Amino acid sequence: MKSAPLIALLLLAAPAGADEIWVTNEKDDTISVIDIATLEVVRTIPTGERPRGITFSHDYSVVYICASDSDAVQVMDPVTGEILHDLPSGEDPEQFVLHPDNRHLYIANEDDAITTVVDVETRSVVAQIDVGIEPEGMAVSPDGKIAITTSETTNMAHWIDTETRQLFANTLVDSRPRHAEFVKDGTELWVSSEIGGTITIFDVATQTEKAKIAFEVPNMHPDRVQPVGFEFTNGDTHAFVALGPSNHVAVVNAETYEVEDLILVGRRVWHMAFNADRSLLFTTNGVSGDVTVVDVARREALKSIKVGRFPWGAAFRPAQ
Amino acid sequence: MTRWSVAFGAIASREVLRFVHQRERFLAALVRPLVWLLVFAAGFRAALGLAITPPYQTYIPYETYILPGLCGMILLFNGMQSSLSLVYDRETGSMRLLLTAPLPRGFLLFAKLCGATFIGILQVYAFLGIAAAFGVDAPAWGYLAVLPALVLAGLMLGALGLALSSFIKQLENFAGVMNFVIFPMFFLSSALYPLWKMAESSRLLHDICLANPFTHAVELIRFALYLQWNGWALLWTGLATVAFMALALWGYDPARGLVRRKG
Repeated sequence: MKSAPLIALLLLAAPAGADEIWVTNEKDDTISVIDIATLEVVRTIPTGERPRGITFSHDYSVVYICASDSDAVQVMDPVTGEILHDLPSGEDPEQFVLHPDNRHLYIANEDDAITTVVDVETRSVVAQIDVGIEPEGMAVSPDGKIAITTSETTNMAHWIDTETRQLFANTLVDSRPRHAEFVKDGTELWVSSEIGGTITIFDVATQTEKAKIAFEVPNMHPDRVQPVGFEFTNGDTHAFVALGPSNHVAVVNAETYEVEDLILVGRRVWHMAFNADRSLLFTTNGVSGDVTVVDVARREALKSIKVGRFPWGAAFRPAQ
Repeated sequence: MTRWSVAFGAIASREVLRFVHQRERFLAALVRPLVWLLVFAAGFRAALGLAITPPYQTYIPYETYILPGLCGMILLFNGMQSSLSLVYDRETGSMRLLLTAPLPRGFLLFAKLCGATFIGILQVYAFLGIAAAFGVDAPAWGYLAVLPALVLAGLMLGALGLALSSFIKQLENFAGVMNFVIFPMFFLSSALYPLWKMAESSRLLHDICLANPFTHAVELIRFALYLQWNGWALLWTGLATVAFMALALWGYDPARGLVRRKG
């Protein structure tokens, strides 16, 4: 009996679950879960076909996965890894964004040239909005009033009023826009163009182009420098931009719009996610099938972790 | 004991003095690896970054890869340079003075070897400092951890130089050393390209590289610079040091060695 308090103490001292990064593996139909403390894959979870976009509900109780070739958005219990149900998503969902109301998913349907709005509670399609050809990137403003869809072939950012669910502006960007993000409290919109090799920055109030960032990597043909996913550091001071087959991540000063650094990562770097305090960045490297961990302060790659084949999306999950 | 320490100090400091007085030698010793690092490697920057090999944990640019190899290159050239000075000493007659000192010949050679290794390590640190200024660096503690690896690699290559100098009768023959020792040793190693890359083109070349003690000296430096242990490289470099030292002792043994033929 004397050992009971000791056991209780040991249980208390036992480490709680660690923070995790969830990575979708496009060709393996799985998710690799990386433990941020050990930087190792601790779980591999099967999903629908060709998982790409991934995002957690705001309370982290469920995770949404775009299973593109299953034509579904899957809702998974992150604790058990069990698929709870599918959401109607329209055909070939690639990327999506969860509205700040934690209830509406805005999904880009690549093959149908539409953006589908799904109510995750009633599991029904609330609206389908016609956008340009091959929609891909999705973003929603912090106040939830504007949603953005980028279309790969039309080369536009489409501005959707989330109340009326109508387009209210279309703005041209460079060739094959991939990813969009609102920054600086929703006053700026950044859109990356994969083939154009640029990021276009819009003033949200007027929907006009404010700046354009071009990228170059020494000793690399410009065709291989393809900005795709990007994320912002604390305070939106710097953006880390994945440059696709150039195998580098660029560090961009979000005030001056200048490229300050290039970090070598794995092959065909695509998307990325930060840890809780944004001190570490995890990039998905499609062709080399790994995730590179970047020390944000020192702007250095620390380690590359093998995951499944063609890792695509990444999302952070705090310790439970 | 004083006799020994005086002799050791005299021989080692003579080696250092010789180096200090030849500023262009110091410059040349730094320019050579820097040209490789800043010119050659720049052209091949994108050539690597395709696979991760220990001790690296992620993808690295080519400059980072060849940094330990160039440290090895400095020690290799330094070892050979020190052997060149022995050949010179023999020609000018000051070697006779050295070898007739009333101390074991092995000790005299070892003192000379220590002096040469010390100079080599100085050059390596100067090179590492310049490389870091150009953004090609290693973990901070790695610069300390690499010291024992540099000492062993320096001793090994210095001992090789000593052994060779006992075979070379004239200064003119030293060009042969360049062709038959330095170049093959440097290019048939992991200094410029990882061994898996070599295996892709030729298994035989890969095996030759693997048997080359210089490869293991470079790997020992590489692992130490990244605070990792490589027992196999340590063993191989240690064995090669002992073997080269024994060869040098044999070469300089007046009873059996090659010096007698000269004398």
